[in-house]
Amino acid sequence: MHEYSLAQALVARVEREARARGATAVHRLTVRIGPLSGVEPDLLVTAYGHLRVGTLCAGAELALAGEDVVWRCEACGVVLAPGQALCCPDCGLPARLAGGDALVLEHIEMEVPAHV
Amino acid sequence: MCDTCGCGDTKLVPVELHERLLAGNDRTATHNRAHFALHGVLAVNLMGSPGAGKTALLEATARAVGTSRRLAAITGDLETDRDAVRLRGAGIPAEAITTGSACHLDADMVHHALHHGAARGADTLFIENVGNLVCPAIYDLGQAAIVVALSVTEGEDKPLKYPVMFRKADLVLLTKVDLLPALPDFDRGALEEALARVMPAPRLLDVSARSGTGIAAWVAFLEARRGDGAGAASFRDAQETEQSMKGGA
Repeated sequence: MHEYSLAQALVARVEREARARGATAVHRLTVRIGPLSGVEPDLLVTAYGHLRVGTLCAGAELALAGEDVVWRCEACGVVLAPGQALCCPDCGLPARLAGGDALVLEHIEMEVPAHV
Repeated sequence: MCDTCGCGDTKLVPVELHERLLAGNDRTATHNRAHFALHGVLAVNLMGSPGAGKTALLEATARAVGTSRRLAAITGDLETDRDAVRLRGAGIPAEAITTGSACHLDADMVHHALHHGAARGADTLFIENVGNLVCPAIYDLGQAAIVVALSVTEGEDKPLKYPVMFRKADLVLLTKVDLLPALPDFDRGALEEALARVMPAPRLLDVSARSGTGIAAWVAFLEARRGDGAGAASFRDAQETEQSMKGGA
């Protein structure tokens, strides 16, 4: 259940950004999560729902964006088919992860007084 | 309400951050890594299920290296310092981190332990993580190597079920191989195949803390990770010796 630790870090990070910009509330945040991030999206949403209470994020929706897993050979650029062994079918070199482990806070939409 | 004129108007401002959620942990991990480099400490993040044999492995490691290396350990468990007590009994100065309900160690916990002298005077620090194949996988602790212990009774398909843990491993130790005679259905080929689907450069070493099988090769792996060319060569030699011993058996 490390999703609670992560949700706590998420709320703290967003609040810090919101305060620095004089925001009165946060409307929406977007987090990109890949299947190899090690985070269960539903659990993160649940944890966030509990931890946002009483913060500037209290009314803010957490939107999740997905990301596909991509393993690629750095030498020949070949993209591996899903489920196959993680070495290049052409040259045999170990593949490198080119996407799918993201756990990134992308954007925040916040409400700021009009004349600041 | 607007702070400037009191008009009450607000505007929606989009802010682009593109920042890793674990950015704070990563910063501390980088700091830990610099500390280890400065003090010549090889830090190993040892992970695996509860009961995979992590503590027994370290006890066997202490027996194997004797006084040739100065070992130290940080052990993570939800409760009790039992593992740390066992390791101290084996001659490894060990600090316990009891996480309460947290399922993993993070870079801050390790940093805190370092400030309490956990690695003082050591050239090798084993960070024995909380027994768990899920949560510890995503936290960089500042280690030089990630090692996953997987015991022979856990099932050959574990890597496919927990790919995040195995993906970043530098070495997988197949532990408790002394039990293999009692496990006729164990399929090493299936385990190798599973690892190849989740680890880009799979490396699997058979060990038994009880019989001592593979412990020399494990110690040679550690020496190789120290960035010493002779160590890398001796790891290969030890692995070849293990292979030829298996072939001859």
